[in-house]
Order: sequence, then structure tokens, then C-alpha cells
Amino acid sequence: MIDGLLLGLSTALTFSNLLFVAAGCLIGMLIGMLPGLGPISAIALMIPISYNLEPASGMILLAGVYYGAIFGGSTSAILINAPGVAGTVATAFDGYPMARNGHAGKALAVAAYASFFGGTIAVLLLMISAPALADLSLAFQSPEYTLMMLLGLSLVASFSEPGQYLKAVMMTAIGLCLSTVGTDLASGIPRFTFGRMDLIDGLSFLMIAMATFALTEALMMLRAGQATQTVIPIIPSQALRLESREIRSIAPVISRSAVSGFLIGVLPGAGATIASFIAYGFEKIMAKAPIPPFGKGNLKGLAAPESANNAACTGSFVPLLTLGIPGSGTTAILLGALLAYGIQPGPRLYLDEPTVFWSIVVSMYIGNLILLFLNLPMIPIFAKLLNIPRAILAPLIIFFSLTGVYLVSFNLFDLYLMVTFALIAVWLRSRTFPMAPLLLGFILGDMLEDNLRRSLIISDGNLSYLLDRPISLLLVTLIVLALTAPLARKVIRGSLNARS
Amino acid sequence: MPRLVTWALALTLLIGFVSSITAADVGLDRVHFLIPAGPGGGWDGTARGVGLALDQTQLVSNVTYENAAGGGGGRAIAKLIETADRQQNTLLISSTPIIVRALQGVFPQSFRDLTPIAAMIADYSCFAVRADSEIQNFSDLAKRYKADARSIVVAGGSVRGNTDHFVLAKALQLAGADPKKLVYLAYDGGGKAAAGLLSGETHVLSTGLSEALQMHQAGLLRIIAVTAPAPMPHLPDLPLLNTQGIDLVFANWRGFFAAKGLGDAQYARMRHTLHTVSETAAFEDIRLRNGWAENYIEGDAFYDFLTQQEEQIRSLMQSIGYLQ
Repeated sequence: MIDGLLLGLSTALTFSNLLFVAAGCLIGMLIGMLPGLGPISAIALMIPISYNLEPASGMILLAGVYYGAIFGGSTSAILINAPGVAGTVATAFDGYPMARNGHAGKALAVAAYASFFGGTIAVLLLMISAPALADLSLAFQSPEYTLMMLLGLSLVASFSEPGQYLKAVMMTAIGLCLSTVGTDLASGIPRFTFGRMDLIDGLSFLMIAMATFALTEALMMLRAGQATQTVIPIIPSQALRLESREIRSIAPVISRSAVSGFLIGVLPGAGATIASFIAYGFEKIMAKAPIPPFGKGNLKGLAAPESANNAACTGSFVPLLTLGIPGSGTTAILLGALLAYGIQPGPRLYLDEPTVFWSIVVSMYIGNLILLFLNLPMIPIFAKLLNIPRAILAPLIIFFSLTGVYLVSFNLFDLYLMVTFALIAVWLRSRTFPMAPLLLGFILGDMLEDNLRRSLIISDGNLSYLLDRPISLLLVTLIVLALTAPLARKVIRGSLNARS
Repeated sequence: MPRLVTWALALTLLIGFVSSITAADVGLDRVHFLIPAGPGGGWDGTARGVGLALDQTQLVSNVTYENAAGGGGGRAIAKLIETADRQQNTLLISSTPIIVRALQGVFPQSFRDLTPIAAMIADYSCFAVRADSEIQNFSDLAKRYKADARSIVVAGGSVRGNTDHFVLAKALQLAGADPKKLVYLAYDGGGKAAAGLLSGETHVLSTGLSEALQMHQAGLLRIIAVTAPAPMPHLPDLPLLNTQGIDLVFANWRGFFAAKGLGDAQYARMRHTLHTVSETAAFEDIRLRNGWAENYIEGDAFYDFLTQQEEQIRSLMQSIGYLQ
């Protein structure tokens, strides 16, 4: 391994390859910041350029674009509540409230630190254990994935305000319903498309996310009008530095989330989104009377999903490199690029192509470091964005969210739908219905349904098949824990109060 | 700084000017690729691959791309039909699903509403098992399936009733089994379907050859049959379905279409351009890098090929009860 690391270092540290990492990270970060364009578009655009490079350099460039785009994605989630990729939805839960409270700089800095440490811990895990983890990535079958999605959904309690539990459950159900629109994978039959061609592929995540988060937020801003017009205070100089108390509180969160995020990322059927939801949910359940509460700008609530989603992206390289199995659209393009270089992913990759394998691993360290240093000086500039008066900021958000959605599909129908959803969402939000559970239900709904249907086809409709294997026991325990923890805490606190 | 920008702009304009006056006039001087899906998929990769070859060989200097996802590809077709008079330089990339979806009635149009120019490449279907599976060849598979259809669970990367499903079902029918009993699990793409095979959830994988080939070569799984008509020059050792007593050949082609009502001169230029690029070393390189099989068919031969495949797919879909 030491030999490999040295080989990787000697390849990745050449001047031109350092330049490729830096260029890839910068391009990826800038593209990722635009709501709408995610890692898939960023990498697809870079593929023709990478054809002309050496395999190691090309892969370094593309991997740089990949984590750059993930890194950049959190910026728009924090600043304007516009999570352009599903993996950054949970980042907006606490990141955006922090920005609204005037801590935009600190929120961006915490996101950058959490991404950096999450990514770095994950690369260490990848390096030590990649070949061994190939087995883990095949340990989950459809029943286990079904339970994992149920675990994600059972965390909905943690995405709701105290006393709003029923509303959160209702919104989750609406999200699940929305996810059934489009062609059904298991039968090939279109559902709820009203005969419209535009709905055959289902509703797009981006459209729903922009409608219920960014656009709704901008409309609420305008609706609030002059009455609440306050300039958001900016605390510039201390923004990037964290107090040692804060570091002590988020360091364990980042480490835990990095490990769980990495392990979930290794599973080809899971990925960064579910990893960030689960990390967020469990931090919230485990936190004792947090101040400020989760969802109102808690540092842990921001650090957990950011660390987990970066770690999961690194984890997704395990099945990609050791088995040649892509777990997401992004890794599928990277697989295409590897094959285009004549490189055979598989259990023997790190023996047959040590230069490529180790230089990708080393470039991940370097990439993470470069991203941190690229990002930190820009944070004060980004944070100033929120100083723009609302009368200008709100239309800007509306403009970017509409163009972001249009630039992906070039379909006006999506925009009509988006505006309709946003108007409904404004009405619901004004009646304190939370939007996060809707998005959670929408994202997990597809995966839950597909995996459940496959399990039921294999078992001929027998539900107990879901519980046949040992991993299920662990997942069911976690689900029970997630569902009962808030209640248990209430009971315990109640009895304590009664005693005092 | 502003000075630098001015220089950069001037340089760009100059390059644009020089390249536009050197463009040839037997072929097209500009091509606009209409891609009926988002960036990163098979259609997108093929269009951009051909575009890259056109650019590298300087056959066409002005290549642009437009991704118009939606409607299972139908929205881009509808767009090309509706705005035909403004789409004189547009080439729509499409593939076998255009026929499947037209038959299913997903969209009202078919390839007859467009001008087929040429098929560029093909990807054959293949069936694979885990490396340690007892199933050695297709007749093993058919034997086990006939004995107990539920003992064989099949993973595929496409929606139920689509290519991965009906090709295997038809092969089993030709072996004398009842194709409607097939237990088919649809996964979201060939990668996840392969994970479903390797995790032990399913026994057989039905997918495109280009998606399974590298795992076969890495020894993770074993391809037991490919639906190619003859051994492929670069892969002579892969077992074919039609040498195992099953007379079934199926090619998932990818090719280009133009709008209806194209002038004869423009039609000739498009054919000339695609024909020329298909023979270049640059395209050959991109084709091999992506594992695509050679399958250049143009003009009337392409139209006849499409008509034949439509009939073939109709019968394949009927065999599993997905069409009357």
C-alpha cells in the first residue's frame, strides 16, 4: 500500500496533474454552484476534453470536477435555499436558517470544513479497505434497500417541528404520491400522466426542489414585503474562524457522519442523498436539547449532512473501481470514461493499473485540500450576496431557479408546473406545513417502491421476505429506534419534570 | 484586465472567422444535434462522440448540441416535426426504443414521420450469469427454466416489457418454453441490474453487451449468449445465441434522423457527412473506446432495416403479452 501511495503521489504531484486537479475542482465548483447544473452535466461537458489526455490525468480531471461540483452545490443550498442536487437538500435544513440569521459566512465555512474532513476521512477508508469493501457493496439486496428507504422515511419525525408531526407525515405522503407519476419501472405502464407526454418520465427532482424550496422562499420574501425589511447583519471577520467550543461540538459529528456516509455510499443502490438524510436524522435524534434547535441554524445539523454527502461520493468509487458497477448517473459517466481509456475496472484494477488507481486516490486528497483553499477566500464575497436588498434578491432567486430548471429540460411545461407547485407551497407554508418532508418522500419514494416491488416479485408477494436476512434485523432496530426516540425522550423528560 | 478580455474576444472572433471560411461545401457546414435525453446517457454520448469526430476531422466546424429530455424521447421527436422548416441542419439521435415506444403508443409518431439518415453503431443484447453459476450455456438456462420457471430470476436494466425483458423472453420461447412465466426484475439501469446479479438476488442478467463486457473480462460474471449475427472481429470468443440453436439476432442500433421535407441537396449533404465521418480513424477510435459494434447503414437500407426491426419487435412484444 505504501508503494502504491508513493506511486500515486509521484503521478499526481507532477505540475500538469496538479493543474488538472485544480482546474477540475474550480470548474466543477463553479458549475455546481449554479442551481440546476450538477455533477452529471459538469462531467459530461468535460468528457471530450479528457479524451486527449493520459488516462491518469484525464481521470484526475474528471474526479476533480465531480467533487468540485458536489462542493459547490452546497453554496446555493445555504445562500438561497436552492439545493440543486438531491445530496444537498439536507444541507439547506440548517445552512439556510444560519445564513438568514446573518451567519452566512460561518455556514459556508462550516460546510467547507465538514466537506473537507468528511471527504478526507472517506478517502482514508477507501485507501485502506477498497478491495475488501467490494463484498460489502454487494451485501444489500432489494429487501435491505427497501428497509433502508423506510429508515430514511422514519426519520421524518426529525424533519418536523415539535407539535407538527402530523403535518410532516401528511407532507411525506404527498411527496410519496408525487414520486409515482410517470412510467412504472416494474410494469412499464405510465401512471398519472393524464395522457401528457411531458409526464411520462415523471416529475424531475430539480423542478420539485426548486419549486418548494428556492421559489417558495423568494415568493415568501416578497409576500412579507417592506414590513419585515431588515438588512441581514453580516459578521465578516470572525466568519471563517470557529471557536474551539464549536470545533469540539462538530468534530465528532463530522467523523461519525463521514464513516456512516462512506459505508452508505459504497452501496450502489443507496448514495449521497440517503446518506445525508440518515446522518442528519440521527444527529438530531441524538442531540440533547440543542441550541439553536435543529432546523433553526444548528451547526451540527449543517456539518452532518455535508460530511456524509462528500464521504458517500467517495464511497461510490468503491463499487465503481473494484466491480465496475456505477451506483449513480455520475459514476456511470465516470465508468464510461475509464472504459474509453481502455482501463478495466474490477477486483484487479489496483494490481493491473496501479498508476491510475493510486493517482485517483491521491488526487482525491489533493482535490479536497484545493477545494478548501479555493473556497475559503471566496466565502466573504458569497456571503455579501445576502446584503443585496430583498427587492433585488428575491427576483434574482426567482430568475436563477426558473432558468436552472429550464436549462436542464428546455421544456416550458416544467416551468408552468414549477410555478403551480410553488404557489401551492406558499399557501401550505403560510399554514406551517413543512416542505422538507415532501422532498424526502419524493426522493425516497421511487427507490422505496422499486425495491419493494422487486422483493415482492421474488418472494411471490410474501412480505416476511423483507426480514429474511441478518442485515434486516439491524435496519429494523434502527427504524424502531428512530420512530420511538422522540417519544421516549418526551416520556423521560416528562417523568423528570414530574419528579422535580 | 479589460484589455486582456478584449484581446481574448478578438482572438476568438478571429478563430471563428478563419474556421468558417475553411469549411468544406460538399458536406454540411454546420450540424445541430438534438438529443432526446439529459446529458450523460447513451444517446448523449453517441451524439457527442460523433460530434467530436466531426470536429477532430474538421469535416464540420460548427457543431452544437441540444438536450431535450422528456416523454421517453418523444418530446424531441415532436419538436423536430413541429419546427421542421427551422431544423435544416438538425440531426436527431435515436435508437431502438423509438420503435418500442411507438409500438407501445407512448408517443403518436414513428420513424416514418422523420427522414432516417443513417445508423452509426450497434450494441447487441447479451445474457450473463455469475462466474460461479452452474449454468454454462443457453441450453442449460432453457432446461432449468422449463423445469421450474420460478427458479430463474432475471435482472434487466430496462423497464418491464422493454428490450432486456423481451429479448430473453423470445429466446426462451424459441427454445420451447412459455415466455410469459419469466420472473423479470427491472432495475434502474444496467449497472444496478449487474449489482442485482452479483449480490445473488437474481440468477441471470439480460442487458446490453457494452454494459456487461468489462465485468465478463474482469471475471466477475460470464456471458452465455450474445445476439450478434456473427462473431465480432475484436471479440471472437464470445458465445453467440444463434450458434446455440436459437435463431435470434437483435441489434440495438443508434442512428440519426433529420426532419421531414428536407431538400434533396441537404439530404445528400447529410448522408455524405455521416458516411465520411463513419470511415475516419477518429470515429473508429471513439467507437472502440466505447465498445460500440460497427453498424453503418444509410439511406433506403436504413429505412428497410427499421421496417424489419419494427416487425421483429412487434413479434417479440407479442410473445410476452405486451402487445395484442
